[in-house]
Amino acid sequence: MFELIWQGLFETLYMTIVSTLLAYVIGLPLGVIMVVTDKDGIYPLVTLNKILGVIINLVRSIPFLILLIAVLPFTRFVVGTTIGSTATIVPLVIGAAPFIARLVEASIKEVDKGVIEAAQSMGATSFQIIYKVLIPEAKPSLIVGSAIAITTILSYSAMAGIVGGGGLGDIAIRYGYYRYQNDVMLVTVAVLVLIVQAFQEIGMKLAKINDKRN
Amino acid sequence: MTDPTIIKIKNLSKSFVSKNGTVTALENINIDIKQGEIFGIIGMSGAGKSTLVRCINFLERPTSGTVIFDGKDLSLLSKKELERVRQSMGMIFQQFNLLMQRTVISNVCFPLEIAKVSKKEALKRAHELLEVVGLADKAKAYPAQLSGGQKQRVAIARALATNPKVLLCDEATSALDPSTTRSILALLKDINKKMGITIVIITHEMSVIEDICQRVAIIDNSRIAEIGTVEEVFTRPKSQTARKFVFPEGKRIDHFVSNRCCRIIFDGLSSFEPVIANMVLECKEVVNIIFADTKNIDGKAVGQIVIQLPEKELAAQKILNYLKAKGLTVEEVHNYV
Repeated sequence: MFELIWQGLFETLYMTIVSTLLAYVIGLPLGVIMVVTDKDGIYPLVTLNKILGVIINLVRSIPFLILLIAVLPFTRFVVGTTIGSTATIVPLVIGAAPFIARLVEASIKEVDKGVIEAAQSMGATSFQIIYKVLIPEAKPSLIVGSAIAITTILSYSAMAGIVGGGGLGDIAIRYGYYRYQNDVMLVTVAVLVLIVQAFQEIGMKLAKINDKRN
Repeated sequence: MTDPTIIKIKNLSKSFVSKNGTVTALENINIDIKQGEIFGIIGMSGAGKSTLVRCINFLERPTSGTVIFDGKDLSLLSKKELERVRQSMGMIFQQFNLLMQRTVISNVCFPLEIAKVSKKEALKRAHELLEVVGLADKAKAYPAQLSGGQKQRVAIARALATNPKVLLCDEATSALDPSTTRSILALLKDINKKMGITIVIITHEMSVIEDICQRVAIIDNSRIAEIGTVEEVFTRPKSQTARKFVFPEGKRIDHFVSNRCCRIIFDGLSSFEPVIANMVLECKEVVNIIFADTKNIDGKAVGQIVIQLPEKELAAQKILNYLKAKGLTVEEVHNYV
């Protein structure tokens, strides 16, 4: 059983971390665009902002389990298979990116308007304001957001066990649920709890270290 | 000869469109600010002065009219050109607006990064400036570890980094206590003198204007009420708004009951002679000092004293004649007490 759990743990961490990174590749720029193109933003593009907002809400309102099944053809197209942890990364990224975009948006909106104005008074371009002011100033909040994101993706990844997605969730369903092996179920849940705790703690510590505001 | 005007504000108006209709923030403003001077813009809150300073560097685009900075009409510039021009206009704020996640030195380097100055050169310049503002030992500190006055010093160093021609100060001392305010004003004065940089100060405090400005514009209800040298405006305020700023308790003036008073104006010529004491000794008449406020403006004694004249006509006339003979500007004020 130890080997089984160990294997599951490895797969879960692989899925979660890779999916989080890829979801940020989409979600971070998307969140920044949402703030910047807002009608009070530094580069207002109201129509684009509205369209992106609707798309984000749309994807976010689909329950993950349904999204997981709905994108199976796309997953097969990208990865070549729909089974296993690599295949699960596809729906995880699609499901998490809009959620991350909203987290990023909320973090960046916290940046003091005065500081943005100061940068503008120095002749900073919109792009300079984004990568020299908005993102660095929002860093502690972005890190807290990423701890929330990674734990959410972790729980999504466990759901992927239903369609043979690999990882601890898969083990819990196959052994714990289908074969009534309660001990396996308990251990996998315990391991998941520990991982969530670890991610959350690390995230908060990092946020604190990076927060120079007090 | 070059044009001494560095900032020319021409027929500038600004209005904002809100849900409840159009709000006019500025109406037909005309100001010429000369190279190297310290120019004050004073007004009550809501008068439009903060909008005005943001129009000078086009953070707010005027609805009509324009600003000519150093020979360039800002309304005709492209976004890129405008960003370049802003690098020669530093700005400091009431809330300092420092980057909280950057150290002091890195904050001062910030505008240089924007201007794409090499890192080595930027650091060198930043260290020099921290020396100027007296914070060389705080280079590695974060803004959160500094006091308000120190934060404003960092902001000043930052605003000066790109060697701007103009420094715009938006209520820069309003969040500071009186003694810190004085030290920041002294620093600004020093910078003006040593670097020859033109300074525009927005404030609601007359004392700030008296302390360091040479000329002042009084702005009231979106318009300029009065404009002139600080001495002129202070000693002979023409507009109602100017009087409000000059008499610290301006509002009460209207409410006093009638009596015979006279206002003695010190315009810097009579220096520090004890005028009132001498007058009492000479005329052998006592007077009641109702209000007195004299200050040192640019090395001269400037201010005013309001005295209540004796009831006897002859005695009152004697006093008035004495004061006039001394070369002081005297005006009889009715309805003061």
